[in-house]
Amino acid sequence: MSDAAARAPARSSSKARPALLNALQVGLPAIALLVMLAIIFSIRPAAMSYFGFHLLFKLSVPLVFAALAQMMVIMLGDIDLSNGAFVGLITCVTALYLQDAPALALLCYLVLIAVYAGFGLLIHSRQLPSIIVTLGMSFIWLGIAVILLPAPGGSAPAWLASFMSWQPPLMPLSIWLAALAALAGHLVISRSSYGVVLRGAGGNPRAVERAGWSVIGIRVAVYAAAGLLACLAGLTLTGLTTSGDANVAPAYTLLGVGAVILGGGAFTGGVVSPVGTVVGALTLSLAGSLLSFLQVPPTWQIGAQGVILFLVLAGRVLLSERAR
Amino acid sequence: MSRTTALFVAAMLGCTSFATLDARADDGVAKGDTSAKKIAFSNSYAGNSFRQVMIKSFEEMGAKAVADKQVAATAVVSSNNSVTEQASQIENLILQGYDAIIVLAGSDTALNGAIKDACNAGITVVAFASGVTEPCAYVVDYNLDSYAKAELDFISSKLGDKPANILEIRGMAGDGFDKRLHEGVEKAMKAHASYKAVGEVYGQWTATVAQKEVSGILPSLPQVDAVLTQGGDGYGAAQAFKAANRPLPIIIMGNRQDELALWKQEHDASGYETFSLGATPSVSQVAFWVAQQILAGKQVPKFVEVPLLQINQPDLDAWLKTVPAGGVVNAEYPQELVAKIIDANAKKEPLPGVPAPK
Repeated sequence: MSDAAARAPARSSSKARPALLNALQVGLPAIALLVMLAIIFSIRPAAMSYFGFHLLFKLSVPLVFAALAQMMVIMLGDIDLSNGAFVGLITCVTALYLQDAPALALLCYLVLIAVYAGFGLLIHSRQLPSIIVTLGMSFIWLGIAVILLPAPGGSAPAWLASFMSWQPPLMPLSIWLAALAALAGHLVISRSSYGVVLRGAGGNPRAVERAGWSVIGIRVAVYAAAGLLACLAGLTLTGLTTSGDANVAPAYTLLGVGAVILGGGAFTGGVVSPVGTVVGALTLSLAGSLLSFLQVPPTWQIGAQGVILFLVLAGRVLLSERAR
Repeated sequence: MSRTTALFVAAMLGCTSFATLDARADDGVAKGDTSAKKIAFSNSYAGNSFRQVMIKSFEEMGAKAVADKQVAATAVVSSNNSVTEQASQIENLILQGYDAIIVLAGSDTALNGAIKDACNAGITVVAFASGVTEPCAYVVDYNLDSYAKAELDFISSKLGDKPANILEIRGMAGDGFDKRLHEGVEKAMKAHASYKAVGEVYGQWTATVAQKEVSGILPSLPQVDAVLTQGGDGYGAAQAFKAANRPLPIIIMGNRQDELALWKQEHDASGYETFSLGATPSVSQVAFWVAQQILAGKQVPKFVEVPLLQINQPDLDAWLKTVPAGGVVNAEYPQELVAKIIDANAKKEPLPGVPAPK
């Protein structure tokens, strides 16, 4: 949780923060995650095993990638409402083509990522609000997905499905992937000097431009990276569900935003934490599980999930108020 | 690490294989001991009245089964129409050690991965009222070909082989249920060469829409002898015939309270006779008992067709008393009835009907 230090360049006032509060704020989603796991294990000790972790976190892999994609866009001070629909489209492309025509599938991915980068460019060059453009794009993604695959179906390539059910040594695949994604994000976004420029493009684009960087180039690259991460989310999701479905992941859009904010990000741009986002995504995907372990009545489950999210977010906001 | 997994799976498999050892293909209720078994219901959506009744039916039957020591516990989890959430809920149910999971799937395919995990962990999965494609799951569903056939069989029992004009009220254009039921009607019509389809309207399963649409097409039609419906549209169709001062044809009803009330009123006034059928929300109870029977060691075919609830003239009054105003007929599916349904499916015999209330 040392990315608070790496975030310092983006915020000049952070040195004044009390160190403990600061650590608490970054660690809050991690603490929430541990508390939820403790409750689940006390109800069902059998879950405290390799197999238990495997099942608990299996479906969080695509959410982790979708949340990281959302994080890239939020880093620029934008928001991406098309994220979930795009993941649904990727599952359709994957289930339809990746098995029989891998070249066509790869071409589709490249074109779709290029379109992602393209509307990043559009948002910047025409100074459009990202919330409108991406909302529009979400309907376009859904429309294309429904044209490609009118009813849920298709099948994931065997290698993809068996990769997602692969059980590597030491930790389940989901934890490995989450840890690797967090580490890669941490090194690129929070540690590297290029990461400082990327965050600066969201926090203070003018300064970055004055320093001789092309903000347009950065924005296009970041949107393309978001598209690539969303592609990974779609691929892993197809591997898990073994089929394509245009309407499989609309919830990822807002869960992704929730994960970024939970993990220490802010809508102002420039303030994001990859490690926090990954932990946030794991926390959110576990919140639903917790309720079914607690046997909350079905009519209350949807509301109760909202309450958990609210409590964790409120805790974070309170801590950051104190820290200021 | 993989040894722990193997042990876990083996332990779960052990539970079910004990039950299957003394499996019998005998008729009737399998008596294997299931008093320690837990059955969960994974539901994709809880936000409308049909689903609420469905969950309540399951919970009531589950509570009764627990009290009778037929199962140890039941649980219901609902996802808010989010398929990924339903998938992760199924993974959780595996972890919580349920012996059987009944699933009302939000997607025909997207839960396949989770359902397969459950099967691999030795859990019995029964999907109902949805076309889950994972082959390891048992499927409990209606057959819409039977729906259409029952409608036409009743008409031919009244009209015989005389030439007759038939109006079909369909549901909604592009809807899957409507498409499958209409295909069933087309198949069933082939068996009755003397019947002629004279018209087709979309009633959207709603009395007011059906009344408007039927009123619109009536002036262009010759005498209509029978009306095929999809449920919810019978009352509106009757009103349209009355408003046009036409004699009331045989209108197949769809188990709605307004339809049954109208039928009774017409029967009392002029001896009018028809027939009513439809799906019931308590199909969740069928899935529950199918799961319990599999755990008890009964041999169950992979597809179990559920009989539609059919109401004939003698039972009309009894059924009408059980329906709240504006509601749909619901019924209880006790264990013995479900065992009979399973047997009829296994032997490919006609399905038993749902008995009328006393």
